[in-house]
Amino acid sequence: MERYYQPEIETASREKIKALQDERLVKQVKHIWDNVPYYRKKMEEKGVTPDDIKGTEDLHKLPFVTKADLREAYPYGLLAKPLKDCVRIHSTSGTTGKRVVAFYTQNDIDLWEDCCARALVAAGATDEDVCHVAYGYGLFTGGSGLHGGSHKVGCLTLPLSSGNTERQIMFIKDLQSTILCCTPSYAAYIGETMKEMGLTPDQIPLKAGIFGAEAWSEEMRQDIQNTLGIKAYDIYGLTELSGPGVSFECSAQSGMHINEDHFIAEIIDPETGEVLPEGEKGELVFTSITKEAFPLLRYRTRDICMLSSEPCSCGRTFIKMCKPMGRSDDMLIIRGVNVFPSQIETVLLNQGYSANYQIIVDRVKNTDTLDVQVEMTPEMFTDNVGEINRRQKELVEGLRSMLGISAKVTLVAPKSIVRSEGKAVRVIDKRKI
Amino acid sequence: MSIKQISVFVENKPGAMCAMTAVLAENNIDMRALSLAETADFGIVRIIVDNVYTATTVLKDAGYIHSVTSVLGVRIPNVPGGVNKVLNILTEADVNVEYMYAFLGKKEKNHAYMIFRVQDDASATAALMAQGITTLNQDDIETF
Repeated sequence: MERYYQPEIETASREKIKALQDERLVKQVKHIWDNVPYYRKKMEEKGVTPDDIKGTEDLHKLPFVTKADLREAYPYGLLAKPLKDCVRIHSTSGTTGKRVVAFYTQNDIDLWEDCCARALVAAGATDEDVCHVAYGYGLFTGGSGLHGGSHKVGCLTLPLSSGNTERQIMFIKDLQSTILCCTPSYAAYIGETMKEMGLTPDQIPLKAGIFGAEAWSEEMRQDIQNTLGIKAYDIYGLTELSGPGVSFECSAQSGMHINEDHFIAEIIDPETGEVLPEGEKGELVFTSITKEAFPLLRYRTRDICMLSSEPCSCGRTFIKMCKPMGRSDDMLIIRGVNVFPSQIETVLLNQGYSANYQIIVDRVKNTDTLDVQVEMTPEMFTDNVGEINRRQKELVEGLRSMLGISAKVTLVAPKSIVRSEGKAVRVIDKRKI
Repeated sequence: MSIKQISVFVENKPGAMCAMTAVLAENNIDMRALSLAETADFGIVRIIVDNVYTATTVLKDAGYIHSVTSVLGVRIPNVPGGVNKVLNILTEADVNVEYMYAFLGKKEKNHAYMIFRVQDDASATAALMAQGITTLNQDDIETF
């Protein structure tokens, strides 16, 4: 028997969902027009006023918002509520120069936690469950989102955050955790550690897991399901929109239901910005229609995706999105952290290396690896091995502080990096996702 | 007196040394000495050649990164304790040796040759001269 956290909306008729979206969109556009000068200017430039927006069919008239807007308006430029009405801030897992901050009112937090609660219930959670949250807590939204959702469902919540894997496993066993929430790569790592400790899936009480914040393949799902003896569910979200729970998987495990009472999804052609018909592959764009403090209209996620409104066996009527199939910009998500090749280039140039580099991303034992190959230059070469090693170490440190994750640096011969039509191939992503 | 050593950056992978020495072979460069300092990813090949100008030109044309360093070429008595004697002199003179390697020298019965990389060539040379140890100059290398 499929269970729902909020059945009246999760299984509502398409007409009802559309009517709700129309009403909320009109109200949201007005709210933004009245309170966000940055947005109002963008709308004026496009010749749109709130009067032009009568429902979702007018959505395409509104200008897009991009990460560049979010950075330009940092920190308060897109805030739509006085700070005294806000109760929390979260920030993207990004990095120096690329950080984006999002604000929440208490109502925003409540609705976000509802979305996470829906995902938990879809994964089978009830108030009898012990929900083990091994997402990072802090500025990152993963920990807080699932933590709040778990409270709403009434699960006994274990706020472990990530790290100290043996202790995680001890708690899973001793405190009988039944639902695990973390990144898929960490779930796989927990599984491997359990194996090393000599534990088999039947010795641990876990029955389901909610895994998101990074891309993962069907093969990885099978792997995790087998090593942990659970059903593994995908969850999608962005800090810019709230956090995890923008969409979530149900028992059908075939796409993620978008919480359409809070978010309107569109698929556009990333080149022209034109809206594409359902079923076509393009860039995923979201409009948050209930967010008060940090509402976004037509936010370009850069995720390449497809939508489907095929009826789902679970009974939910929200449309589904597939797992993101790639990016329309050059952003890489490595170990859950956003990495832009331009950041790596900045560090290289700052330290006197050339811009001839190649980023090789791979997944070894379910953990992402980042190898930066840098061509040696006459300026950086010396006869002294110790000196070259010292500079190499400095580069590793520089990359760590810029990216927030560690990278391996390999010095290679000049012109050894493959160039296609004169342009170096910057990124080689060997991960099979 | 010092001589010129060419240090070349090569990757630590199969065929890298072979490709580099091929460039020298094709251009008829004769190597007098060779040493390799390696790390996990790369190595520095240090060579003493008969024609520094040609060698550096052809290496550069072939895309190799290199630098030229001055080192000491030291003539060492070919007897037990020969190297130790030279090192004693350098130790007395408080000269730090960064690295050293053997030299394929003249076919002499009584002497061997070694390359020394030190901080201060002049004071090292002076200390060796004072004890009757000869260092080579660039002409010696070219006409070896």
